[in-house]
Amino acid sequence: MARKITPPAVNPETKPFWDAAREGRFLVPFCSACSKAHWYPRAICPFCTSDKVEWRQASGKGTIYTFSVMQRVKEPYAIAHVTLAEGPTMLTNIVDCDFDKLRIGQAVAVIFQETEGGPPVPMFKPT
Amino acid sequence: MTIKGKAYIAGAFEHPTRHAPDKTVAQLHAEVALGALADAGLTRDDVDGYFCSGDAPGPGPASMAEYMNLKLRHAESTELGGASYIVLASHAAEAIAAGKCDVALVTLAGRPRSEGMATGTAPRPRDPNQPEAGFEGPYAITTANAYAMCAMRHMYEYGTTSEQLAWVKVAASHHAQYNPDAMLPEVVTVEDVVNSPMIASPLHRLDCCVISDGGGALVIVRPEIAKKLKRPLVKIIGAGEAVKHLAGGTYDLTTSGAARSGPIAFAEAGITPADIKYASIYDSFTITVVIQIEDLGFCAKGAGGKFVADGNLISGTGKLPFNTDGGGLCNNHPANRGSMTKVIEAVRQLRGEAHPAVQVKNCDLALAHGTGFLLATRHGSGTLIMERE
Repeated sequence: MARKITPPAVNPETKPFWDAAREGRFLVPFCSACSKAHWYPRAICPFCTSDKVEWRQASGKGTIYTFSVMQRVKEPYAIAHVTLAEGPTMLTNIVDCDFDKLRIGQAVAVIFQETEGGPPVPMFKPT
Repeated sequence: MTIKGKAYIAGAFEHPTRHAPDKTVAQLHAEVALGALADAGLTRDDVDGYFCSGDAPGPGPASMAEYMNLKLRHAESTELGGASYIVLASHAAEAIAAGKCDVALVTLAGRPRSEGMATGTAPRPRDPNQPEAGFEGPYAITTANAYAMCAMRHMYEYGTTSEQLAWVKVAASHHAQYNPDAMLPEVVTVEDVVNSPMIASPLHRLDCCVISDGGGALVIVRPEIAKKLKRPLVKIIGAGEAVKHLAGGTYDLTTSGAARSGPIAFAEAGITPADIKYASIYDSFTITVVIQIEDLGFCAKGAGGKFVADGNLISGTGKLPFNTDGGGLCNNHPANRGSMTKVIEAVRQLRGEAHPAVQVKNCDLALAHGTGFLLATRHGSGTLIMERE
């Protein structure tokens, strides 16, 4: 992907996520008190306020909830919200695809993309 | 406690500039403040409450209070992006109702055009302490592609078309032709909009608002003061606010915070959307208008595209005259924040001081609604209902 990707801000709440990302593993935060996954990852469950949030290996599968192709830049890119198989919807980019063929509802799978000096970030490509 | 009838908008002023390379942001704030005070028939020394947002230079209200040499007993800075000024107007009414101030000044100013800001197409700097920063910054979310994603989903769920969205811009341009200060006074057609360059699919260039320097201000006072002034009486009768966000990853991007702020405001005012004669609806993009019109109850969810089509927003011919100054799409979007000018045009309409070509007849009830930050992530919503007395 041509666009240079800003590295993610890593903090104590999210360091395990980014450590796993460096190993190519996509984790989702899962609350063992209310049995729900959430996004973006945080230490306090946004649904039940429990701190019993643990990291689980995600399937890496999802569907496109919505997207937009940014054209007014040198290197067009597709931003999207993808609904994960585990439940929550997340902001991301869709890569390795023909932008003209993207559609809502399309199945996608996670693919980690290198950033400028930080851990890789999860993006998605059509399956 | 209600704010209904507890405060009046006595002064309103929109800076005539749209490009201010030789002025400072503080100077523009002071100019609009003095403009609104003169409009009300008051002076700087009458102000005892000051309300501002993130566009005011320096942290909070202190720097501008010092620049204008205000003597305050109440001050507030609230950051809800472009929705801030509608929310601040209601907070000013709350402060007046609670006896905390008598004459409240609300200001907005900025110079994104002179500063060469890529308002819609470049990601904005983000505080790394924002908890979502690591999960949004890398994806280059911008104002344009964020609103575009809402449009894309609205089209998917409800069959809304680019041509329907274009009607929002067409209506705004019909109004802007009568505004000598409008940045884009030319009347455009649906074809002009859908044939303009794609910015972030499905939004075209003419689906996007202007980038302008300038500002505006309001003076809000207690009833006894308003009734001694020589201006028409514009009474605040209802307000609502909301913050909508991604809620742990469970969200619907075709609905905005207006679905919550609107009903709160209508309930306080004791009226329904059908009673509104004129509506200022924040038009950062054409889709913003469609979603807010639905959420405010002017039509059913999903019917916004059909509602705005065929000139239904044009004053004199449509059922819901909107943004008769030309709105953010054609007139002005100072500091990239649109809700101040929304209140100002509603005040003009209620006073009967809009341009005669766009003045709504017997305009006794008006609404102003704003959305701040990004509809596709987290945003603030503010609704204000005003009545001519």
